[in-house]
Amino acid sequence: MTTVTRRRRRGPGAAPYLMAAPAVLLFIAFFLIPIGYAIWLSLHAMRVRGRGFGVRTEVFVGLENYLSAIGDSAMYEALVRMLAYGVIMVPVTMGLALSFALMLDVPKVGLKSFSRLAIFLPYAVPGVIASVLWGFTYLPAVSPITRIFTEAGLPAPDFFGDVSIYFSIANIAIWGSVGFNMVVLYTALRAMPAEVYEAAKIDGASEWQIAWKIKIPLLAPALIMTSVFSLIGMLQVFSEPNTVKSMTNSITPDWVPLMRIYQQGFIENDIYLSAATSVLLALVTVLLSLAALAVFRFRARRSS
Amino acid sequence: MNRRVKLIPTILLLLGALYSIAPVVWLVFASTKGPGELFTTFSGFPSFNGGFMENVRTLNEFGDGRFWKWTLNSLIYAGGGALLTVIISATCGYAMAKYRFRGQKLILGSLLAGVLVPGITLSIPQYLLLSSAGLVGTYWSVILPSVISPYSIYLCQVYASASIPDEMLEAGRVDGAGEFRMLWSIGLPVMMPGLVTVFLLQFIGIWNNFLLPYIMLANDDRFPLTVGLYSLLNRGASQPALYTLVITGALLSIIPIFALFLFLQRYWKLDLIAGGVKG
Repeated sequence: MTTVTRRRRRGPGAAPYLMAAPAVLLFIAFFLIPIGYAIWLSLHAMRVRGRGFGVRTEVFVGLENYLSAIGDSAMYEALVRMLAYGVIMVPVTMGLALSFALMLDVPKVGLKSFSRLAIFLPYAVPGVIASVLWGFTYLPAVSPITRIFTEAGLPAPDFFGDVSIYFSIANIAIWGSVGFNMVVLYTALRAMPAEVYEAAKIDGASEWQIAWKIKIPLLAPALIMTSVFSLIGMLQVFSEPNTVKSMTNSITPDWVPLMRIYQQGFIENDIYLSAATSVLLALVTVLLSLAALAVFRFRARRSS
Repeated sequence: MNRRVKLIPTILLLLGALYSIAPVVWLVFASTKGPGELFTTFSGFPSFNGGFMENVRTLNEFGDGRFWKWTLNSLIYAGGGALLTVIISATCGYAMAKYRFRGQKLILGSLLAGVLVPGITLSIPQYLLLSSAGLVGTYWSVILPSVISPYSIYLCQVYASASIPDEMLEAGRVDGAGEFRMLWSIGLPVMMPGLVTVFLLQFIGIWNNFLLPYIMLANDDRFPLTVGLYSLLNRGASQPALYTLVITGALLSIIPIFALFLFLQRYWKLDLIAGGVKG
């Protein structure tokens, strides 16, 4: 009896620590230390010390890199391009995902599981492969769309134009991410109590009214979460423009912020400036997500 | 009235399905064309002049079977990485869900913040750190950074707290089972459906990843499919004959993942992801 109580009081002992240890150690090694190192790098630079054949050494430069990162006009242009891309990508992705999820949830819809699977499938296609796929349908020499237009005697659309390029790149990301968001929203819809809808139906509400007045407000937390994922995706857009770049001159090597950071770090070999820029981008991401989480919490508190 | 309501959503959903499938169908058609045909014939229809087998043979011979090497590499990165992620995330998530211990809140908070850090912020210092450890360019340089996935740990924690009843563990304790024994014979089996989902999400995530291997690897013997096909496409810009290889390679590279997807469809627990959203 006494041994049992003693055992209970001692509890699990070191077990939870040992279980969490591998993840915590890897988290420290591949998250915390790299973040710390990135911040350290961002505050340093290579400088020539001494006269004549100076030796290049790492010196502390304070916020200098941050000032150059903020003053970098190429970065500024990349940000504007990213925003133009995001203004198309985020609302269209969320709008399509939400509409498809709501339609799947309408009773008596035909070919439901086929459509759901087909729309989800592009999620399994890597961004690079999706860009190859769409890139060829944009490329005038191979494009089936261009071919249809020319056969019909019409001027073919230019997918790599000044404005159309944003739609072309956004389309690749939309194609790849609508399905995943749709499934998350649809699953959240399925988890809701059916009584709510039944009560509304008895009161004579149409499917439209149920969707608009009941389902969408109930989906708010899931919508906020998926929108945040989309926004983070926008800030980190890289593989689509980077891949399409090899098919057109309309995409410069510093087209979006991540491409600019890659260029700074690996082509211009200024890892210090590159680190400062990426720390700034990380800050923007974290602030944006925290703001969304705050909205999420606020809504959750109000509804409870 | 009732008829119209179900007809319109059906048509719109089918349009969505068409939009999602059309580029893949185009890819299938384009892969049936030899280098000569690709630029001359309409790619909206397939060609039946044996171009597909010809393309597969050329791809096979390209760089002594480099394409298959890339496929194998992708399998190693995605399969190995996802398996390690599941083991590490499951034990950590279980500990977070089923015990109260000092430092727990700190660990959980840091992990959640980790979800938000953009890949590139980590990739450059990870590259520099792994390079000083002499690991850049090895399989480990791609696998190790992928293994720690805060999102997977979070999902495991959510799933463990929802699916493993405390009474079960209490009963195990009364029977004198050790904590690790209980993780192994109670926790993990109960969590299995959730772990399959975490494995699949992570497998697809690593399979689709481009930035990390692109930064870490220089030798194309170690490339995964994404980086390999990207490098092939880049060379194709000056040698358009390579385009047919890129197209055939892209098609062959998505077939296994589609198959995996369709096969494991019913094992997916997507409500787990939505459950994570509900918090």
